[in-house]
Amino acid sequence: MNRVTLFSICASAGFLLYILEMVRRRKLREEYSILWLFGSVVILVLSLKQDWLVGIAHAVGIVYPPSFLFLVGILFILLILIHFSIAISKLHQMNKKMAQEIALMKSALPPGERSRVKDER
Amino acid sequence: MNPGMEGTPPRILVVIPAYQEERSIGGLVRSLRERTPYDVLVVNDGSTDRTSETAREAGAIVLDLPCNLGIGGAVQTGFQYARDRGYDTVVRIDGDGQHDIDDIPKVLEPILAGRADAVIGSRFLGETEYRGSISRIFGIHFFRFLVNLTTGYRVTDPTSGFFAINRRLVAFYSDHYPSDYPEVDAYILMHRLKARAIEVPVRMYERAEGKSSITTFLAVYYMLKVTLSFLINRIRRFG
Repeated sequence: MNRVTLFSICASAGFLLYILEMVRRRKLREEYSILWLFGSVVILVLSLKQDWLVGIAHAVGIVYPPSFLFLVGILFILLILIHFSIAISKLHQMNKKMAQEIALMKSALPPGERSRVKDER
Repeated sequence: MNPGMEGTPPRILVVIPAYQEERSIGGLVRSLRERTPYDVLVVNDGSTDRTSETAREAGAIVLDLPCNLGIGGAVQTGFQYARDRGYDTVVRIDGDGQHDIDDIPKVLEPILAGRADAVIGSRFLGETEYRGSISRIFGIHFFRFLVNLTTGYRVTDPTSGFFAINRRLVAFYSDHYPSDYPEVDAYILMHRLKARAIEVPVRMYERAEGKSSITTFLAVYYMLKVTLSFLINRIRRFG
């Protein structure tokens, strides 16, 4: 086993453990961890089975196998970014609804209560 | 529930979105309270000045949004208030003195007569004193073309923020209203609902105070964003 193989196995295994630990500590929600877990497993497998990488690269017509790895990496990052854009849009929508509900609810309070709510903001 | 029911006058709410309008909002609300019989709702879109206090002192109902949602989100909050409180008709005007409150009966009349679901005040019908910037006028022509092409509505002033809508549109807009620059988008929504939308001539003035929400820098973004959401709204599902 050469040095670069060892390095990539350690790095991807460490990354996988880090993601799992973040989920365990509830710092990362399960639905947002799935893509990261999937990505790190793919890298780990390709590090262990480098002939698979070469085989797949040649099968899709890529002569230099590491450039296939870059392609996979870039596509993966794009996917994650789109996922985030969708998540942000959803949060934006929820935030808007909540702000509107708060404004409507505050208007239904008697005037004294209303200023108290504002002061505690 | 029928707005034309004998003996029950229609309940009309004037909705004014306001962001940092402390200098103009008080006078506007006072004139509305003195010269019209309508309820006045100011939706304070997270202003940091005295917009909310000034409007309340002048006699308006005030909704304070906890953060700035943008004009569409603020106006939508006004529609939600109208829906929840059972108003029959909503008139939406700007808080900066651009619109003439004496024109309100003109946008209301076709709705109260049941001839339209939405009545939009146009600064280009009839004689006009309106002079906008070049980018503004170009944008208006572009959107006029876009709306006429895709909806069949014959529109002269597609970006007008002076309009009245009936109960049915109030209910729909309470759930679906565009965030940023809603007026052009609204034509697609009305088209999808097969709503009867007509224009009436109104006067519009240069802004009395404050700055327009559309600067030249934002004009290109505005055109792209509105065009995109306009076209998407044509193929979107509303559940």
